[in-house]
Amino acid sequence: MDPSIAEDAKGPSWHRSSVSDTAHELRMQVNGVATHLHVEPWTSLLDALRENLGLTGTKRGCDHGQCGACTVLVNGRRINSCLALAALQDGASVTTIEGLAQGDQLSPMQEAFIEADAFQCGFCTPGQICSAMGLLAEGRAKTQDEIREQMSGNLCRCGAYTNILAAVEKVLHSEGKGQHS
Amino acid sequence: MRPFTLERASDISSAIEAFKAHQQSQFIGGGTNLVDLMRANVVQAEHVVDIVGLPWHEISEREDGGVRIGSLVSNADVAWNPLIEARYPLLAKAILAGASPQLRNMATTGGNLLQRTRCYYFYDTATSCNKRNPGSGCAAKAGVNRIHAILGASESCIAVHPSDMCVALAALEAEVRVVSDAGERLIPFADFHRLPGDSPEIDNNLQAGELITAVELPKQGFAQHFSYIKIRDRQSYAFALVSVAVGLHIEGGVIQKARIALGGVAHKPWRRPEAEALLENRSIQSIDARAVADLILEGAQGLSFNEFKIPLARRAIGRALEEALGQEALS
Repeated sequence: MDPSIAEDAKGPSWHRSSVSDTAHELRMQVNGVATHLHVEPWTSLLDALRENLGLTGTKRGCDHGQCGACTVLVNGRRINSCLALAALQDGASVTTIEGLAQGDQLSPMQEAFIEADAFQCGFCTPGQICSAMGLLAEGRAKTQDEIREQMSGNLCRCGAYTNILAAVEKVLHSEGKGQHS
Repeated sequence: MRPFTLERASDISSAIEAFKAHQQSQFIGGGTNLVDLMRANVVQAEHVVDIVGLPWHEISEREDGGVRIGSLVSNADVAWNPLIEARYPLLAKAILAGASPQLRNMATTGGNLLQRTRCYYFYDTATSCNKRNPGSGCAAKAGVNRIHAILGASESCIAVHPSDMCVALAALEAEVRVVSDAGERLIPFADFHRLPGDSPEIDNNLQAGELITAVELPKQGFAQHFSYIKIRDRQSYAFALVSVAVGLHIEGGVIQKARIALGGVAHKPWRRPEAEALLENRSIQSIDARAVADLILEGAQGLSFNEFKIPLARRAIGRALEEALGQEALS
């Protein structure tokens, strides 16, 4: 994220209009950066990230909680950001795909997705990777079947599942378990 | 989504007061179903009251040996709670058979009970639906009714309750603790959800302004002999066509207690106590699974596209019983 956007909390220029009287004040840590914005009660976390903060890495697939493209980590847990009201996330710490790399150094999960050729069109990939990070944090998947089951909230219409499984499995069994070395 | 106002409740009385202060109010917990329904304009709310700040986030042991699950505990936190895994594996298994990891992280225990049917016609505001728009008719009856009810349906509604968790809670004979400004009450699980009758817009017996505070589990968790079988169109992340929860308490080769609940077949988790009685006080070698299944499915009626659910349920009951009996039946 462009730090200037987050720090002055203005978001993209088309959102710098005056705050409506129905809006809620929202403070979140997004990818480690303190943000302060105003959102309508009906704004989803997905829309707040994409439209207000300009973080378009998180994708809107179905907008129904059925595809997982909008998966982000909230307080370390993976959720569907399309079904979360932004105004209810006040005080939350949010990690999106933009928050995984350290500068130019991709995270091990991102590297593994590239290495395993775990995507074709790439639209579902940010959600897949955030979901896989959530899976690692949960620590419940050990076998291939368990990875498949616990990645089932993320659809890939290109059908890159085999390689997604390989990427997640590689990181799961690596020494650093997905953390930057 | 239609505009609404949003308010954070800091305590129970202010939550109920805020709810009652508006014509069209909704409580929100995890929001996984409500936000979707509001976005699709199936449910309209003028005012939404956030109850996540209320003190119902704990799982605790009760003095009588049972367990209390706070209504705001997430589905994931219930399923992966060591106490639940050890003592109520049937509940853990059913929860993990439902939804996706992302949704289970968001969805609450209370919300799981209150989720609405996934009938396509209920969701499609261009069609008639007595549940969504009372008196408008039921498009599902003459439509694609493959996922619909085979038991307990009515002329006005053939929808099914979509929960897996609730099927396990029905078999466990949980109780639902609710609070209102009139005080607290406990609702036996079998009485919580209702059949559609001629008022399918009412899913359950919760009154307006009542809030679920906890789900109470009795001491008997059937941890030794249980089964949850879920049959669906894909292996994961799909609603049940038919599911079966079985809990057996066996002593000395004799079934002392048997509980069986079906999901995906009715407007509520389906139980038939007379069928359970056929299993009780019988040696495990002498049970007649076919007779049990026949009695549970007595009166089952197929529609144009879901006739297959009747034999599917019959076989699933047999398989679930076999699985719950486990090794003891083979010895």
